[in-house]
Amino acid sequence: MAITVKTMSDFAAAGTSPEILFWVGCAGSFDQRAQKVTKAFATILDKAGISWAILGKEEACTGDPARRAGNEFLFQMMAYQNIQVLNGYGIKKIVTTCPHCFNTLKNEYPELGGNYEVVHHTQLLQELIDGGKIKLEGGGSFQGKKITYHDSCYLGRANEVYEAPRKVLEALDAELVEMKRCRKNGLCCGAGGGQMFKEEEKGTNRVNFERTDEALATGANYIAAACPFCHTMLTDGVKNKEQENAVQVLDVAELVALQLVGSPTSENK
Amino acid sequence: MQLLLQVLFIALTAASVLLFYRRIKVISQLISMGATPLPNDQPGKRWANVLLLALGQKKMFSKPLVAVMHLIIYAGFIIINLEVAEIVLDGITGHHRLFLPLLGDLYTWLIRIFELLAAGVLLVCIVFLLRRNVIHIQRLAHGDLKGWPASDANYILIAEIILMSLFLTMNAADQQLQQTGDPHYPATGEFWVSGLIVPLLQGMSTDTLIWVERLCWWLHILGIFAFLNYLPHSKHLHILLAFPNAYYTSLDKTGKFINMPAVQQEVLYAMQPELTPANATPPDHFGAKDISGLPQKSLLDAFSCTECGRCTAACPANQTGKLLSPRRIMMATRDRMEEMGVQIQAKGKWEADGKNLLHDYITVEELRACTTCMACVEECPVGISPLNIITELRRSLIMEESNAPQEWNGAFSNIENNFAPWKFAPDARAAWTKEI
Repeated sequence: MAITVKTMSDFAAAGTSPEILFWVGCAGSFDQRAQKVTKAFATILDKAGISWAILGKEEACTGDPARRAGNEFLFQMMAYQNIQVLNGYGIKKIVTTCPHCFNTLKNEYPELGGNYEVVHHTQLLQELIDGGKIKLEGGGSFQGKKITYHDSCYLGRANEVYEAPRKVLEALDAELVEMKRCRKNGLCCGAGGGQMFKEEEKGTNRVNFERTDEALATGANYIAAACPFCHTMLTDGVKNKEQENAVQVLDVAELVALQLVGSPTSENK
Repeated sequence: MQLLLQVLFIALTAASVLLFYRRIKVISQLISMGATPLPNDQPGKRWANVLLLALGQKKMFSKPLVAVMHLIIYAGFIIINLEVAEIVLDGITGHHRLFLPLLGDLYTWLIRIFELLAAGVLLVCIVFLLRRNVIHIQRLAHGDLKGWPASDANYILIAEIILMSLFLTMNAADQQLQQTGDPHYPATGEFWVSGLIVPLLQGMSTDTLIWVERLCWWLHILGIFAFLNYLPHSKHLHILLAFPNAYYTSLDKTGKFINMPAVQQEVLYAMQPELTPANATPPDHFGAKDISGLPQKSLLDAFSCTECGRCTAACPANQTGKLLSPRRIMMATRDRMEEMGVQIQAKGKWEADGKNLLHDYITVEELRACTTCMACVEECPVGISPLNIITELRRSLIMEESNAPQEWNGAFSNIENNFAPWKFAPDARAAWTKEI
């Protein structure tokens, strides 16, 4: 089933506006693995019958990695441009699949003149499931399987979103198992603060290997991520341990998409 | 003789308070050298943090056993100070147990409670010494603490043990002296803890007992005066600064980084030159190279840190063998200020000494290892943010020195030119929509 993805400018041309803007983010737009998450989430939005749009070519990096690396000039430039675009379209609500974009849009843009209601996709997914907007197949492929959830720093500690992704995973009928360090004690995947874009400093272990070991120790069949950077780091970790046949790293949205049944809204279409 | 002792006591008290005051003045001078002033908005929420974090020790309780032991020392410290008030007044007025006639039975009960606390403090200090020196708890046996910091911790614990022992021995000798019927030693009723020591003093002559009691009394109070003046040179300053530090701790979501309004304005003027006022001057520095570039809160943080190492134990970089240790970031910042303080005290003001916090105290390798995961900030029981210091130093590195790893420069230029940290054509940003 093909989905037509509309941009904000499409809506503006028709003189209307969508309920929500899906901020795809750089990883979600360009990274092949993260694109799959983007598509899975787009499919869910479509099934839920929500009116949504993307910015398309008008979207640009929020500036998160620049700010955290210390390049405040670049951050401020990106923030300025993005806020111009977002305010230009009169954006009210944004959903994003990237906790870094989420944090920057939600917490750092307001004092620069960008005020929006920003939610992470795991929060929206929980809302959609709770509200019956999307339905998950009971007794599906996850029954008897174990899922462990990796807390992203910028979703968890930065914004105290711990429960929404877990509530969504619980709806999958799988057994949710926790790693030793979870929630506010969750161990970083090693990608934040600009580390994603440079070689790790010299040490005795890589942060993502350390975290992957902890995830594998739970005996889970799936490692659930909620951030494209965590996703990459954990996937690399699982490959390094040669466990890619035993354990899959998937985004919460992908796990939901696997269990999705046609919701009443989409059947009525 | 009695009058002479009173005069001596008053002089010693005044000297120790004066010395303490002078040291605190230097510390406050150092903190005020910071760039952004301490925040004072939303006092309601800030007082709530004082109650929860400092007074209520909320975050300590993520390690319940240590929290209870720490609570005993902390309660002991605060409550036994009521007894110290009496000791000071006795010293000044030449009375003995000034509060006894005023409080009657209540006095006996209060001293009983103080003694229980004193015994608790004594025991916990022994356990804490064992944790540091025998059990070698990882975060307390960490390389950060080599040398003075490890000794500092031990000195304080030993000092507490000595002070508590003196207090209890003094009360034991006093109880024995009460038996002589001398009106100078009014009957207090039995104390439970020092009562256990009394048998050890049996058979001592009255003169010896008087000597023991006086010696313990003087050593105890002189020990407290010495402690008062050791405190602001030690990591134990946290017992005072934890309170203001909890008050001034950030009320924002942990993920929100400190904005740089000066840079924000520069960018605005670059984008909309028509807004630039005629007298606009560019900022004279970006981020922090030294103490004067850091927020005042970061400097207060450094003085409030008691080097417990919860931050470092949670740091993903440190736990995977990187050079970075958030605790060392705080210690290095304080070391730099201590050095400046020596000069300020000698010359009355600060003159540049050719050194900086960045490079001379904290290295690029440490700063580069941070993943900004905020585990250190989350962990700190008193609301310290090592991350704010790391960020301000990173800002100076990047914006003043253009000192970035090659890969970062690539990512920066991609963000600037292609609007993404990777080198993809911006036009392809929505390419995925064709494949769905």
